[in-house]
Amino acid sequence: MSKQGKMDCGRRNLIVATAAVGGAGAVAALVPFVSSLLPSERAKASGAPVEVDISKLEPGQMMTVEWRGKPVWIINRTKEMLDTLPKLAEQVADPKSEKQQQPAYAKNETRSVKPEIMVVIGICTHLGCSPSSKFKVGAEEGMGADWLGGFLCPCHGSTFDFAGRVFKAKPAPTNLEVPPHAYLADTRIIIGEEKKGA
Amino acid sequence: MAGGTFEKYKSDGSLAGNLLEWVDARFPATSMWRGHLSEYYAPKNFNFWYFFGSLALLVLVIQIVTGIFLVMHYKPDASLNANGVPIAFASVEYIMRDVPGGWIIRYLHSTGASAFFIVVYLHMFRGLLYGSYRKPRELIWLFGVGIFLVLMGEAFFGYLLPWGQMSYWGAQVIVNLFGAIPVIGNDLSILIRGDFVVGDATLNRFFSFHVIAFPLVLIGLIAAHILALHETGSNNPDGVEIKALKDEHGIPLDGIPFHPYYTVKDIVGVTVFLMVFSIFMFFMPEGGGYFLERPNFYPADPLKTPPHIAPVWYFTPYYSILRAMVWNFFGLDAKFWGVVAMGASVVIFAFLPWLDRSPVKSIRYRGPLTKVMIAIFVVCFFILGYLGTLSPSPTGEIISQICTVFYFGFFLTMPWWSRMDKFKPVPDRVTMKK
Repeated sequence: MSKQGKMDCGRRNLIVATAAVGGAGAVAALVPFVSSLLPSERAKASGAPVEVDISKLEPGQMMTVEWRGKPVWIINRTKEMLDTLPKLAEQVADPKSEKQQQPAYAKNETRSVKPEIMVVIGICTHLGCSPSSKFKVGAEEGMGADWLGGFLCPCHGSTFDFAGRVFKAKPAPTNLEVPPHAYLADTRIIIGEEKKGA
Repeated sequence: MAGGTFEKYKSDGSLAGNLLEWVDARFPATSMWRGHLSEYYAPKNFNFWYFFGSLALLVLVIQIVTGIFLVMHYKPDASLNANGVPIAFASVEYIMRDVPGGWIIRYLHSTGASAFFIVVYLHMFRGLLYGSYRKPRELIWLFGVGIFLVLMGEAFFGYLLPWGQMSYWGAQVIVNLFGAIPVIGNDLSILIRGDFVVGDATLNRFFSFHVIAFPLVLIGLIAAHILALHETGSNNPDGVEIKALKDEHGIPLDGIPFHPYYTVKDIVGVTVFLMVFSIFMFFMPEGGGYFLERPNFYPADPLKTPPHIAPVWYFTPYYSILRAMVWNFFGLDAKFWGVVAMGASVVIFAFLPWLDRSPVKSIRYRGPLTKVMIAIFVVCFFILGYLGTLSPSPTGEIISQICTVFYFGFFLTMPWWSRMDKFKPVPDRVTMKK
C-alpha cells in the first residue's frame, strides 16, 4: 500500500496468485499422507484362499477357519437342524436370501452348495462381532423356550438360524455373508475361490 | 487481564535481578507470570467444584509422564511371538511383570484414564450448575467440548494398545460404526483400519494417534481453553460478573490473585485427589472390572468374540443411546440412526450456550424447574451409563429408549424451560459464608 492509502492492485493480485498456488500445493501434499492410510499392497495381497479338510467334521459339529482375518464357520448340519429352516421362514427377515449376501450358487433354501454343509462368515452384519453358537433347542443355553437353535451375537443381541439368516426386528440388517467357496473333492473345500460355473 | 500491558522488570542490582531483567527484555516472563497468575483476579467465592479444572491438568501431566515411560517398553505389534501370544499383549505383560516399577507406571496410566473422565465430567457438571458457558464464555465452553471429544478419541485409541479381547472387539465395533454412514461408510471404515479387518495396521496407527497426534491437539486446545478463560475471567458459583465492580486500581472488588490464593487452595484439592487415586491404584486398579475390563486379560482373538462386550464405563451412556435406536427411518438402517444419535448425544453439549435462555446464570438463583430438569438429566445419564455395561435385554432396551428421550429432551426443550422458571434476584457482589 502506498503512503496515500492507495492500493497497488498489481501487487495484490500477485499476492493472491501466490497464495492460491501455495494452497494448491499444500492440498496436493495431502495426497501421499491420506493414501498411506489405505490398506497397503501387502494387506491387499493377503486375501489368499484357504483350503479346508472337512472329513472329520461330524454331523452337528462346527469348525472355524480363518480367511482374510475373519472367522469362517463350516457347519455339518443334521437333518433336525435343516428341518428347522422352513419353519422359521416367517420369523427371519430375508427368508429367500434376496439380498446379495451370498454367491448365486448358495442362494437357495439352505444357503449352501451341499444341503448339510453350511459355509458362512462368522461376523455379525451389524457391527462386526462374532456370534456365539446356541445349538441346543429351547431355553437350555439362555435363549427363549421357542428357540430352535442357531446363533446369538453377544454384542447387540441379533439372532441367526442354522442358515445364517437374521431374525426380524434385530439390529443386524442382513443375513450372514456366505463367502465364495467351492468343493475340490467331496471333503475338501476351498474358501475365497470359486470354480467357474460351480 | 492477560496480555502484555505490564511494565518490564527492573533489576534491583543483584545478580538474579540482572538476569531476570535481561530475560524479561527478551521474553514476556514477568508479564505472563503477572497476567496469568499473580495478577489474574479470580472470584473469591470458588467452592470445591472449582478444583476439577486444575485436577484435570494434574491428570494430564500424570498421563503424559507415565505414557512417556510406557512407550519405552511397549511394542505396537499384532504379530505372534514364539509362544503364540501377540507381541503387543506380551509387551504389556512384560511391563507388568518384568520391568522394575513397570506395574506402578502402567496402573497409574490405566487408572489415570478413568480418573481423567471422572474429573472432566465433574468439571463439565460444574459448568452446567453455574452457567459457566453463558455469554461471554461461549468459546471457553466450545474449546472444552473440543477437549472432551479429543479425550474420547485419545481414550479409544489407547484402549486398543494392550491388544486384549476387549481392545480388539471394542475397536471392531466402534470402527464398524462408521460403516453405517451411507455411501462412503464402508470405504471410511477401511481407511480408519488400514486393512479389511482390525489388525496390525490398525494397531500401529492407533498407537501413533494415541502418543503423538491427539496429545498435541489436546495440549493446543487446553492452551486455548485457558487463554480464553483468562481473557474473560472466571465465572463463579453466584454467576456474578466480578469485573462489573472494580476498585480505584481497576481490580475487581470480589477478585483475589490466582497466585497464591488459588494455587494454594488447589494443592489441597490435589492432596485429596491423590489420596483417592492412590486407593484405587494400589488396592483396586481394575476398578471392579470397570477401569480394566476382565476379557482384556486374554489376548486378542479375531475368531472369537467374548460372551459379553461393553465399552469402558465413560463411554457407556453414549453406547446405550446407540443401542436404543432400533427403528429404520427414511429408508436408512437403524444402525445408521444409532450412530447419528450417539454422535449427537456428545456434540449437543456444544450448543448449551445458545440453548440456555435463563436470565440468570447460576443454579443458586434459578427455580425448581431447572433443578428438576438437571436432576432428571443426571439420573438418565447414570441409568444409560449403567445399562451400557449390561448385555442387551428387552427391558433394558425400553428403559434406555425412555432415558434417551429425556436426555435429548433436556437439551432440545431447554430454550423454553430455562425461561419459564421462577428466578431469584441476583446480588451485585458474590456471596460467601461468614
